[in-house]
Amino acid sequence: MRVPVEWLRELAHVESHVRGKDVSETLVRLGLEDEGVHGGGVGGPLVVGRVLTLDPEPQKNGRTINWCTVDVGQANGTGEPQGIVCGAHNFGVGDLVVVVLPGGTLPTPDGSFQVTARRTYGHVSAGMICSERELGLGDDHAGIIVLERRLADEPGVLAALVPGEDAIALLGLDREVVEVTVTPDRGYCFSMRGIAREYALATGAPFDDPADIPVAAPNDGGYAVRLADEAPIRGRAGCDRFVARVVRGVDASSPSPSWMRRRLTDVGMRPISLAVDVTNYVMMLLGQPLHAYDLDTLSGEIVVRRARAGERLTTLDDVERHLDREDLLITDGGDVVLGLAGVMGGASSEVSPTTSNVLVEAAHFDPVTVARTSRRHRLVSEASKRFERGVDPAVADRAAQLACDLLVRYGGGTVDEGVTVVGEVGTRDAIAFDVGLPTAYVGLEYPRAEVVATLRAVGCEVVDRDGEVVDVRPPTWRPDLVDGPDLVEEVARVRGYGEIPSVLPRAVGGRGLTHGQRVRRLVAQTLAQHGLVEVLSYPFVGDELFDRLGYAVDDPRRHTVRLANPLQDEAPLMRTSVLDTLLDILRRNVARGARDLALYEIGLVTVGRPDQPPVPIPGVEGRPADDVLASILDGVPVQPRHLALAAAGDAVPTGPWGDARRVEASDAVAWAVELGRALGLELLVRNHSRAPFHPGRCAVITLADGRVVGHAGELHPKVVGALGLPARTVAAELDVDVLVEATGTPVQARPLSTYPVAHTDLAVVVDDGVPAADVAAALGGGAGPQLESLTLFDLYRGDQVGEGRKSLAYRLTFRAEDRTLTTDEVSALRDSAMRAAAEAVGAVQRA
Amino acid sequence: MSGPNTSYDPVEVAALDPQAVDDAVSAALAAASSAGTLDELRAARSAHQGDRSALALANREIGALPPSAKAEAGKRVGQARGRVAAAFAARHAELEAERDERILTEEAVDLTVVPPRRVGARHPISLVTERVEDIFVGLGWEIAEGPELESEWLNFDALNLGPDHPARQMQDTFFVEPADSSGLVLRTHTSPVQVRTMLDREPPIYVLCPGKVFRTDELDATHTPVFHQFEGLVVDEGITMAHLKGILDVFVARLFGAGTATRLRPSYFPFTEPSAEIDCQCWICSGTDASCRTCRGTGWIEVGGSGMVNRRVLTASGIDPDRYTGFAFGLGIERSLMLRHGVADMHDIVEGDVRFSTQFGMEI
Repeated sequence: MRVPVEWLRELAHVESHVRGKDVSETLVRLGLEDEGVHGGGVGGPLVVGRVLTLDPEPQKNGRTINWCTVDVGQANGTGEPQGIVCGAHNFGVGDLVVVVLPGGTLPTPDGSFQVTARRTYGHVSAGMICSERELGLGDDHAGIIVLERRLADEPGVLAALVPGEDAIALLGLDREVVEVTVTPDRGYCFSMRGIAREYALATGAPFDDPADIPVAAPNDGGYAVRLADEAPIRGRAGCDRFVARVVRGVDASSPSPSWMRRRLTDVGMRPISLAVDVTNYVMMLLGQPLHAYDLDTLSGEIVVRRARAGERLTTLDDVERHLDREDLLITDGGDVVLGLAGVMGGASSEVSPTTSNVLVEAAHFDPVTVARTSRRHRLVSEASKRFERGVDPAVADRAAQLACDLLVRYGGGTVDEGVTVVGEVGTRDAIAFDVGLPTAYVGLEYPRAEVVATLRAVGCEVVDRDGEVVDVRPPTWRPDLVDGPDLVEEVARVRGYGEIPSVLPRAVGGRGLTHGQRVRRLVAQTLAQHGLVEVLSYPFVGDELFDRLGYAVDDPRRHTVRLANPLQDEAPLMRTSVLDTLLDILRRNVARGARDLALYEIGLVTVGRPDQPPVPIPGVEGRPADDVLASILDGVPVQPRHLALAAAGDAVPTGPWGDARRVEASDAVAWAVELGRALGLELLVRNHSRAPFHPGRCAVITLADGRVVGHAGELHPKVVGALGLPARTVAAELDVDVLVEATGTPVQARPLSTYPVAHTDLAVVVDDGVPAADVAAALGGGAGPQLESLTLFDLYRGDQVGEGRKSLAYRLTFRAEDRTLTTDEVSALRDSAMRAAAEAVGAVQRA
Repeated sequence: MSGPNTSYDPVEVAALDPQAVDDAVSAALAAASSAGTLDELRAARSAHQGDRSALALANREIGALPPSAKAEAGKRVGQARGRVAAAFAARHAELEAERDERILTEEAVDLTVVPPRRVGARHPISLVTERVEDIFVGLGWEIAEGPELESEWLNFDALNLGPDHPARQMQDTFFVEPADSSGLVLRTHTSPVQVRTMLDREPPIYVLCPGKVFRTDELDATHTPVFHQFEGLVVDEGITMAHLKGILDVFVARLFGAGTATRLRPSYFPFTEPSAEIDCQCWICSGTDASCRTCRGTGWIEVGGSGMVNRRVLTASGIDPDRYTGFAFGLGIERSLMLRHGVADMHDIVEGDVRFSTQFGMEI
């Protein structure tokens, strides 16, 4: 909303020293958002001048400048003609122009600059003859302002001009416009009436309500109007009040008065014709959108009804609209569609330059109906903006009256005696308001008298019976005031939020982070300490990704949740693995020149279900019934928290320390296992085959009880190719929630034996296909509880063990709790381990 | 010094001759001091202290002397050998020290060649989130979380955003297909976690709800469709706006620096009444610099929204609004990160470039 300060002065007694900046600050303090102050950047002396002489002087650079002398009266202190160099050529000797004299200031994009006399083109130019753009009046830089042309429609003003008189007010340059954003609850501030009321509320200045005008009483002689809404939305009729007035014999070609055009321009509207300007002006003043029809294009009664299937309307913006049965329409006789109620009129009944009989509509439409129509047709108008937020239903007849009065005053004609008013202004229920509530809610003392006075100043009717509770009936223009806290806000904002003290509430004492929150931090921290970099990605993927990842047709990870309005049409699904989107980040980093990379992300994935039921939406009214609430909570798809990591390039680069080592599948597995250790978990690793991993280089990571934590390995070469990743990219995806569930019970400490350790080495030969983990498990089982550690220190394939076989060499470390183990005991334990391995995996002791 | 020697042996006499002993000592001392290395010293030692050295020979001959001469000769030779042994030991220590010094010098390496051990990093969004969490945990609050894909009812209706509220449109919110019946959206704020908390437990409630949220904005220098925020919720008896102000003042001072305070401005949110915008004092210029880029010269930075929890929200969450009052507030993590660390472009935060995370390390 643009608020011309000059207009506000008239309505809210803004004192003359108050500038736009002050007005803006005042309005912001009350809850409007500051969007800046326009205008007011020109400082005098800026005066009217008459060109006395003009000598064109061609220059070496090809330009021709004019050396002028200008009569500026006594404004320069001497009365002598002022010498000024001017580059424009659209004026001549005798023209009245606008001159800024040395000392004057002009607006610039970053502030203003002061004009001085300066030497140029061989003359001393003492000032400037101004263009529109230089004064911030418009974009026209081509020519300077010639007042005879600019003020052509105000011959009286023009004739009275005298060189040397101040031009700032003449050009309206003293008019500042404050721009504010109106929050959705304050529809009444979409009018000068509402803004002025707010301003007066803040300053305590008197407020003269511009709606306080005599209005002709309704009668039966007016134009016939019928409200026929047969499908109210949520029980609310689309139109509950309709005022129609007729003015006949208006000269539609009469110009709107310049003051009205100026105000419309100031608020950002384009002056068009008398009838349109008057309706716009009244809307800006009172907040009531009006519509003017050419009466001669109407034939029957006006019927307000919902649209029928298949109906169409070409709106004033020349767009043909296919109407929806929820759209509320203004129709002629019920059949001819005149307009979308409260949003935009149609082209057929528009007032034109030949219109002489005008029907003025001032109606009150339901916010929801208007909002839905506006959104449905992507059509936001000045009218729809206001109706959506709520228009004062009591102002319709005054607005229609004022529009008729203005049409007659500036366009002639007469107002019909018939006055149509259909529908009553509903009375609102009073709110029983505890006058102590503001103090209790805000934590600042608000005396009873202040509370009552503020509510009255806001426009409420307060019935004070000297009890704790008063009856407050909010004004018709404040549909947002419905309960106690709404009124508390009024009391608090009028006093000012700045007075609210700062008091730290004492929490009851929390339990700190939960186990899950601590585990997540540790997981993130551990990976970072292992050299991986945390990144974040958007969780959206495309349909074809799962094919590229090589998922089988029935892979459950293809059960996705699909967005109806995705950011990008090619990525409408929620990821089912974090790797889905992390791999893209890896690729982006490679594209930006990174070579050796190790990344991770912790985030949610969404488990879609083929039988996803619709989740109930019970409404705002209160806590839903238990079963409804349960279906809401259960209907939300499961979203486990996953960790994905991906790495490519070298784990260690070549350098003075030696050769490079490429990152490999086992690194991904090791990161997972180390993560488990950091959490006190011994994770188990088994070879596995699963997309998107290399079938021979994939491991499943499980808890001791077999619950799957996730998978790690090298990506399938086809996946690497399809996604454009570096060759041999390795990755892992783990379910953090499983890790959280598996931990959290206190670890029970083992007693530490201080008896000496005994080491023994054992090399076993097994078939190449036997996983080392199986060998180790068998050895461990056979060695018994005195085995303290088992470390693989060599892996050999070759002639000595034969084709298709491998040798695994382990160091076994034993320790007993209660004694030093003898050599014989250690040998026996080793033999026992060997026998177990022989039995379990066919291991043979290497000779 | 000498007396009668009845069993005089001219050869042995020569070896025990005091002059000869002195000469042997001199030769030995010279050899010890002239040895330049431990090997040379070892050779010299063997020559002058070994079994075949002059002094060893003299020592052996003492036994052949008549008893009357033994003592004197023994003393003479013993002193001589002692001197020689001491000289060699001293020289040995010297040479060993030299050698040790030389080895240390030779072993010096250029430690400015730093092997590029891979260094990881946390994402600064995570770090700021954890820091904010820690501030509130320190005040005795708890951290509450919830799903990102959320029911429409919890995201909107329960928060007094009715079916026709503008925020509920497709141009603001991601809806799950089918949009008109799924009843699911990507949460547009972490407020549904507040409702879940209130449905779940009785006041007093002091929780912070950080998390990822979604709005259908295009990515540009200051907007991202996927971002992070943290919302605070307090529901207790006697909670006022002054408490809201108190918490916000303490919080901004701890995150942005001591002396930073907040200012509340009236505003409108469906889930709070009264509502307030939160402005934070500019911690860069404290309002003293008209050209400050952080606050654009106003001295204040808009950081979030807040207010007293709307009675309807309390009711929808099963809390008695006549007994309890509460406040809630919401601030953006990205915005906090940008303001606190001078991040100029949102792209850097969301694109996953490792260079962005790496520059922050693991503490912020």
